Amino acid sequence: MPVLTYREALRHGMSEEIERDPNVVFLGEEVAQFNGAYKISEGMLAKYGPKRIVDTPISEAGFIGLGIGAAMLGLRPVMELMFFSFYTVAFDQIFNNAANIRYMSGGLIHCPIVIRGPANGGTNVGATHSHTPESIAAYHPGIKVVVPSTPADAKGLIKSAIRDNDPVMFMENTILYGEKGEVPDGEHLVPLGKANLLREGKDISIIGHGRAIQMALKSADMLKEKHNINAEILDLRSIRPLDEEAILASVKKTNRALYVEESKPFCSVGSMVACIIQEKAFDYLDAPVRRLTSIDSPAIYSPPLEKIQLPTPDRIYQSALDVLK
Amino acid sequence: MSKKSSAPAKQPAAPETGAAAMAHSHARQAAINAKLGNDELIQFYRDMVRIRRFEERCLRSYQQGKIGGFLHLYIGQESVAVGCVSVMNKNDHIITAYRDHGHGLAVGMGMNEMMAENYGKYTGCSKGKGGSMHYFDPSRRFWGGHGIVGGQVPLGTGIAYALKYKGIKGACLAFLGDGAVNQGAVHEAYNLAALWSLPVVFVIENNGYSMGTSQERSSAGIQLAQRAEGYGMAWDVAENGHDIFEVREKVAAALKRAHDECKPTLLEIDTYRYRGHSVADPDTTYREKHEIEDYKKTKDPIMVYEKYLTDEKVLDAGLIKSIDEAARAEAETSAQFAEASPFPTVEDIKKDVYWEIDNPADRKSQGALFFD
Repeated sequence: MPVLTYREALRHGMSEEIERDPNVVFLGEEVAQFNGAYKISEGMLAKYGPKRIVDTPISEAGFIGLGIGAAMLGLRPVMELMFFSFYTVAFDQIFNNAANIRYMSGGLIHCPIVIRGPANGGTNVGATHSHTPESIAAYHPGIKVVVPSTPADAKGLIKSAIRDNDPVMFMENTILYGEKGEVPDGEHLVPLGKANLLREGKDISIIGHGRAIQMALKSADMLKEKHNINAEILDLRSIRPLDEEAILASVKKTNRALYVEESKPFCSVGSMVACIIQEKAFDYLDAPVRRLTSIDSPAIYSPPLEKIQLPTPDRIYQSALDVLK
Repeated sequence: MSKKSSAPAKQPAAPETGAAAMAHSHARQAAINAKLGNDELIQFYRDMVRIRRFEERCLRSYQQGKIGGFLHLYIGQESVAVGCVSVMNKNDHIITAYRDHGHGLAVGMGMNEMMAENYGKYTGCSKGKGGSMHYFDPSRRFWGGHGIVGGQVPLGTGIAYALKYKGIKGACLAFLGDGAVNQGAVHEAYNLAALWSLPVVFVIENNGYSMGTSQERSSAGIQLAQRAEGYGMAWDVAENGHDIFEVREKVAAALKRAHDECKPTLLEIDTYRYRGHSVADPDTTYREKHEIEDYKKTKDPIMVYEKYLTDEKVLDAGLIKSIDEAARAEAETSAQFAEASPFPTVEDIKKDVYWEIDNPADRKSQGALFFD
């Protein structure tokens, strides 16, 4: 199996869909001539031409809204947000128009749009550029939210997202863009709403998404080495739809759960998952469900401090020990 | 709004108004209007009357408590929707804001499905999920019915983008009110349309008031359409928006630009609404009653057109009466239809949210999409 970076995997997935379906068009700031601010689209303009790979002005409300209108008429636009944080200036278009159009038209209108880009902290760009809005997006019925943490999932999920008939918010991570992994060639589709069991274990379920769940693998190594604790690691991959079945199966096996994510704690994905666990698997729990998130403040700029504000393998390790106390 | 009093006698320089002005206007002689047959002329009249009678019936139902939320009436503006839609081709599309009843009827939606939607009934055009502000009929290329001021304008631009992308010779008429012109998304849409040369016609229906705030108190500069110059976009103004011929002439020219040159236009049509922003609003704080009465007397789009067609012997009293009675009866029937229709069920609340929930046989995703 070829080894690709997360960045290349995304490019491969999008390229295959552009070749497969003439209605797929890729728009965003600096995606064409500039080859992408984060080089996701490197070489795509040269290969597919300016009709399929389109540079937009810095005008998120305008071009995201345009993409939604185009999707209503049957195109399948993939819209790149240079930073996912810029979704805030297109909020009305995304959540009033894309999320509601199927419902308010009584099912007459589809909106197959993908809005993708990096949604992460840890790159010292300050609070405005470091939003992690998974829970904000997933709050809205009508929207799907996907967060790949590996190259293989990046490819498999972007392809599924493009083929989905509803709006998908696809949240990546700049720190993962250079990570390498095996990625299946050709038709590799990862269904939305199917969690990925990264490691089996029996003592505690560490559940999460994005880069934090990859960090949890390191924490699990520490737990094993220092305490002979076997942690199970479950990567949700998609937040909505949510793989409740996988979450509950894991918790019923280990009887303990820790949720890890980069988001802030208040109304986070972990809050929702903890709620589901206590509603549906309360009798299986040997300890309260805990969450490990970013420290609850806007993202700090100061580089050494931002590292501490975000989840770290050490903090995840410590939180797991707290659950196991 | 400036009002012209009716011309006093012995002042030959005074401009013509009403039906006489319509008869002698340049617009009436324009190519798009010159060859209209009597059937078409009467159909425009019928469409305008139907909108007015439908909305009057909506108002009664609202006052009876049958319609929830807001009711934004189009009464006074009928010539705009009917005129614009009457020059659309089969590949042209239309999108508007929440004052959408006129556009809905003009594109051919039925009173029954519209009234039922207002009543929140399952037989409504959106199964009772959208309401008065959110009518849709994609089969008639009508894409709503949108509730957030100006929010529909990027969508209309995107529809035009998709038409161009697919190589279809069509355009999108994207309507907005004069109250929407200061929204950022509207300007972003203007820029994209001009930058990418998209076949969209932005139609500002300028009824003078952004809810209860006059244009003078909400928008800097003089002519709203002139803002197009900043984007290198063509613009025009229909000062006599009550004159359906002028509306048709101006919109047809903009559509021609979209079809032949694939370029956008910003068209401002002066018009006037008789009712409040929505009927729940007090209508006395920002304008004088006589302003409404003056407009009704001199520029009511139906009255002026009716007089013109009567002068031209296209309409007579008998036909006027039968058209009016038919429209009233149709509106009354729609209210009865709505009344008799069922509400959506509790199960319907969760339908039409995700495609795959409604199409389980084709479902590709897994996992829970809803949370109790």
